[in-house]
Formats: sequence, structure tokens, C-alpha cells
Amino acid sequence: MIEVRDLHKAFGTVKAVDGVSFTARDGEITGLLGPNGAGKTTTLRMLYTLMAPDRGQVLVDGIDAAVDPLGVRRQLGVLPDARGLYKRLTARENIDYFARLHGLPENLLKSRRDALIDALEMADIADRRTEGFSQGQRVKTAIARALVHDPRNVILDEPTNGLDVMATRALRQFMARLKAEGRCVLFSSHIMQEVAALCDRIVVIAHGRVVADESPDALRAQTGENNLEDAFVKIIGSDEGLAA
Amino acid sequence: MNKVTHKIQRSRAFLTVFLKEVKENLRDRRTLISAFLTGPLLGPVLFVMLINITLNRELDKAEKPLPVPVIGAQYAPNLVDALKAGGVVPGAAVADPEQAVRKQEADVVLRIAANYGKAWRKGEPVQVELFYDSSQRDANTSVERVTQLVEGYARQQGALRLVARGLSPSTAWPLQVARRDQATPQSRAVLMFAMLPYFFVITIFMGGMYLAIDLTAGERERQSLEPLFANPVPRWKILCGKLAAICTFSTASLLITLLAFAVVGQFIPAEKLGMELDLGVHFAAHVLLLMLPLVLLLSALQSMVAAFAKSYREAQTYLSLLMLVPIIPSAVLSFMPIKAQAWMYAVPLLGQNLGIMQLLRGDGVSAEQVGLCLAGSMVAAVVAVLATIQLYRSERLAISV
Repeated sequence: MIEVRDLHKAFGTVKAVDGVSFTARDGEITGLLGPNGAGKTTTLRMLYTLMAPDRGQVLVDGIDAAVDPLGVRRQLGVLPDARGLYKRLTARENIDYFARLHGLPENLLKSRRDALIDALEMADIADRRTEGFSQGQRVKTAIARALVHDPRNVILDEPTNGLDVMATRALRQFMARLKAEGRCVLFSSHIMQEVAALCDRIVVIAHGRVVADESPDALRAQTGENNLEDAFVKIIGSDEGLAA
Repeated sequence: MNKVTHKIQRSRAFLTVFLKEVKENLRDRRTLISAFLTGPLLGPVLFVMLINITLNRELDKAEKPLPVPVIGAQYAPNLVDALKAGGVVPGAAVADPEQAVRKQEADVVLRIAANYGKAWRKGEPVQVELFYDSSQRDANTSVERVTQLVEGYARQQGALRLVARGLSPSTAWPLQVARRDQATPQSRAVLMFAMLPYFFVITIFMGGMYLAIDLTAGERERQSLEPLFANPVPRWKILCGKLAAICTFSTASLLITLLAFAVVGQFIPAEKLGMELDLGVHFAAHVLLLMLPLVLLLSALQSMVAAFAKSYREAQTYLSLLMLVPIIPSAVLSFMPIKAQAWMYAVPLLGQNLGIMQLLRGDGVSAEQVGLCLAGSMVAAVVAVLATIQLYRSERLAISV
């Protein structure tokens, strides 16, 4: 479970995140929806302790990120906005590197890695060097290395960015599977259809603030709009930065 | 996860990063060529070529017949005979001696005035003119030879005239200078080898350069630094693993270059110049010892400078500028030789420079000097590492553009 309480973060005079609070529960998919530049990535970066918030608190499975950042990172599997691979290593070696950084014993490492390669259907590319991988192959490798330590909580920053239809479909199925395994899945997106199709809970962020935190149905009821797209536009106040 | 696995993980993170960096960079052809081929071998090869050219030129000039155009040779047959005896081959007169020298058609031209014979018989001083260009360093040996032959002839004739008048030749030369050169064969070599310490520093530099760039600018450019920092490993441990990989590569480069110099040292005909050169095991071991703290210092400095760059290319530019810094002590020492004070050994780069020059000179280095050199450089290295760790903790470092 991920709990975020009143997060603030400013870069100079720009308030990137200005009082964000929400809770992402185990066995649920929580969507962080917002236009480009709303503060989604900055919020997530504070969750996986890449940045320290100016104010506010992050709790992951009850561990305070300010007190024990390493403990928090142990509980998290993270696919950041930046998902570069080591191009002179094979996909398998890329995954193994992160597994070892997580301190996985070698026998557990092998079984976890092979299970993920199976689940992500990437056996055919596992022993190729990642140089020249397609966007989809790169994302698969990045997800595998993020989840190799079997984390309870999974954070995905715009996971379907740049993927084609087939790869997007496969990724959504994979996220549903993570949810079925009882994990807490938190992902960000600026694509409303994606969020609507997947999420149990939607947190809408605009201008660094949470403007809605509901289930998709409640969101429709709250705005009085039947169409989710219209509901979002109404909440955010404009359709700027929202892609269809 | 329980406490036990955490313990395992702590001891493994450093090794994991180190092994991954070494493996990854061993697969990179550019890094390999720079660290194990061009970096360490450039110095020795350049060195041998330079020395052979210099040696051959000096030796050639001293022994070979020297063609000199002589204007008015018919007025002074005795002088011309004396020159011939000294290895000069008198050539045909040239119309314009100034022009011939300037155009480098001749190193030196000799002009004998038409009244030479008359003045000589009267016992009056006569003038012979030497045309040369002192900015042509190449010609200096030739000019020196001709000058000495002419002066030698003049002294000899002067002595004969004194004897003919019943005087001792020594009356004309009341003072004689006796030169006592204290240069040993080794110390003569030092002049020529003043740039040797710089070659070693450059080798260390080139060996670790691509790894240092990859460490921050490279990771950031390919957007892998952020995922790396999401792992439950403190950043300083990641940095230390990477620094260790840089040090391993640059030490390997240094070893290769020392080996190459030891092999090459066998073929340098140093004894022809009256020099003695020992680039063997004793020399190599001492250089390695003196250089070890520099390996760490340079790896930290390189990482630090590369961390300020936004891209790989930018980092490369910064590092090439940084590479010029170690020239300073070598250049200063070769242009204005200073007397080494004890404190100078504690200055990184300068200390190594002095130590290596002393080894070349054959004086050896004292334990005190080695101690100062190691301590001074080690302190600087630790400071540089701590500063780099501090830099690595910055939030902005991880964010890919």
C-alpha cells in the first residue's frame, strides 16, 4: 500500500507539486491521470525517493520514505519515465544486474527472472544484446528488471508511452495480472481511455493538485457526465494536454 | 524480505556494480582500444621514434662529410685543406650566400675575401664570413663544426707565427678554461626524458576516460541512471563500484605502458649518446607505486568533471581539457629546472614527476620522498572521492533531460 500525504515540491518559483494526497491500495490498480506537466512524474519520483519532498509524507507499506528510503525502495518495483537499458548487455544480463542490486540470492534470481521472461513473452529476445531493441522490447525488459525482486508495490510512469496497439494490449493484461496477484499497482497516464479501462481508482492531477480521487463510476456521477472524456475535461477545467 | 537478505545485499552491491561495469566495458571496442592499445602504446612508440630521430641526426652530423659551398676558395688553399681534413667537402661557390642559407639550400656558406692572400702575407688580420641561420636548429651542428675548424686553424697558424718570432704560444693565451662536466650518463638522459612522467599520467587518463564518461553523462544520456537509483542501494556504493572499475582499467593501462617501455628501453641506443637508461623492473615497480594514488585521484576527478556535462559529447570535451592540466608540472620542470624541496613531493602530479625524474637520473628515491608523495596524493584522492560522492547525491544528477 502506498500512502501520500500533502506532498509539496517546487523548482525555483515553479510549484510542480502543490499538496498532493492519495492512497493506492493492495489488489487495486490506481491511475494517476493528468495533462502533460501536471506534476505526475515529480510525484512518482518522490515516491521512489529519487527526490525529497519539500513538505509532506510518503508511506510505502507503512515505511516512511524520509526515514528509511532504502526500505521504501525495497518494497517498490519501479518503471520510471527514463527506462534506458545497458545496450552492451543482453536482456537477461540487464535483469540480473538489478536483481543482484536488490540482493536476490542466485537460485531465487534464476527462477524469478525466468518466470518474468515467460510472463512477458520475451524468451526470443532474452539473450540478445539490447542495442537495437524496439520500443516494446525495451519496455518489456525494463519491466522485468523492475519486478525481478517480487515487489508488493509497482509504480509505472506512463508505461504505454510509445508502444503500438499489440504491445499496449499485452501490457494492460500484464497489469491486470499484477493486480490479481494482490499487488498494489500505481501508474500514471495522460490517456483517459487507458485509465478508464484499467483502474479501480482514478486520481486526477492538474497544476500540481489533486482535483478528483474516485472510482470511474463515481467520477461520472460526480460530474453529471455520462462520457468519461467529458467528465475529465470538466474536472480539469480545460482539455489542454489530454490526448485521446 | 528479512534482515538476513539485507545483510547479503550490503556486501554484494559494490561487487555487483564493479563486475557489471567491467563486463560491459570489456565489450566496448572504443574503450578497449583507448585503454589497452592507443593509450598505453602511444607513449612508448612516439618516444622511440623521437629518440631515434634525434640520435641519428646528432650522430650523422658529427661523422658525415659536410658539404659547404665556399666562395673564393682559390684565395686560401691552405685553409681549405684544413677544412677538408676536418671532413668538410668544399662545394662550388654560390652567387648569393644569404639567399642559399635562407632557402635552406645549404646549412652554412663560407666566403673568403679576395684580399685574403695579400693580407695574410703581410700578417694582417683577415676576415672569413660564415653565413647561416640560427633559427634552423637542424643546421646548428654543421655551423658549430665549421666554426671550430676555422678557429682551430686560426689558433694553429697564430701559434706558428709566435714560434717563428721566438715567443711561446702561451703568451697569447694566458688563461685556459678546463671544462669538467659533472653530468653522469643517466643525468644526460634525463634532459631527453623530461616528458616521460606525462606519458604515464596520460595513459592513466586515457585508460579510465570512457568509463568515467559512461559513469554519469553516459548513464544519463541513455536514461539508465534513474532506474539504477531506484534500487535499494546507497548512491555512494554505486559510485564506489564504478570508481573501482575506472581504477582497474587505468591501472591495466599503466601496467601495459610500463611493460612497453621496459621492452622498448632495450632498443633505445642510449649508450651512443653516452646515456644510461634503466626502464626495467625496478623502475616500473617504483613508478607503479608512486602512481597508484594518482589512479584514484584521476578517476574521481574525471567522474566529477563528467558529472557536470549534460551529454556524452560535452563530457568528452571537458575531459580533453582536463587532460591538459597534468602537462603543467612536466612542462614547468623541463623549461625552468627548479631545485626540488621536500614539500614538492607532497604535491600530486609534481611529486610523481620529481620522483620519476630522480629514478631516471639513477639517484633513486628515498623512503621519505615516496612517503610524502603517496600521502599527499592519497589525501587529494580521498578529498576528490568525497567531493564526487557529494555531487552524486544531488537530485538533479539523476534526472535525464
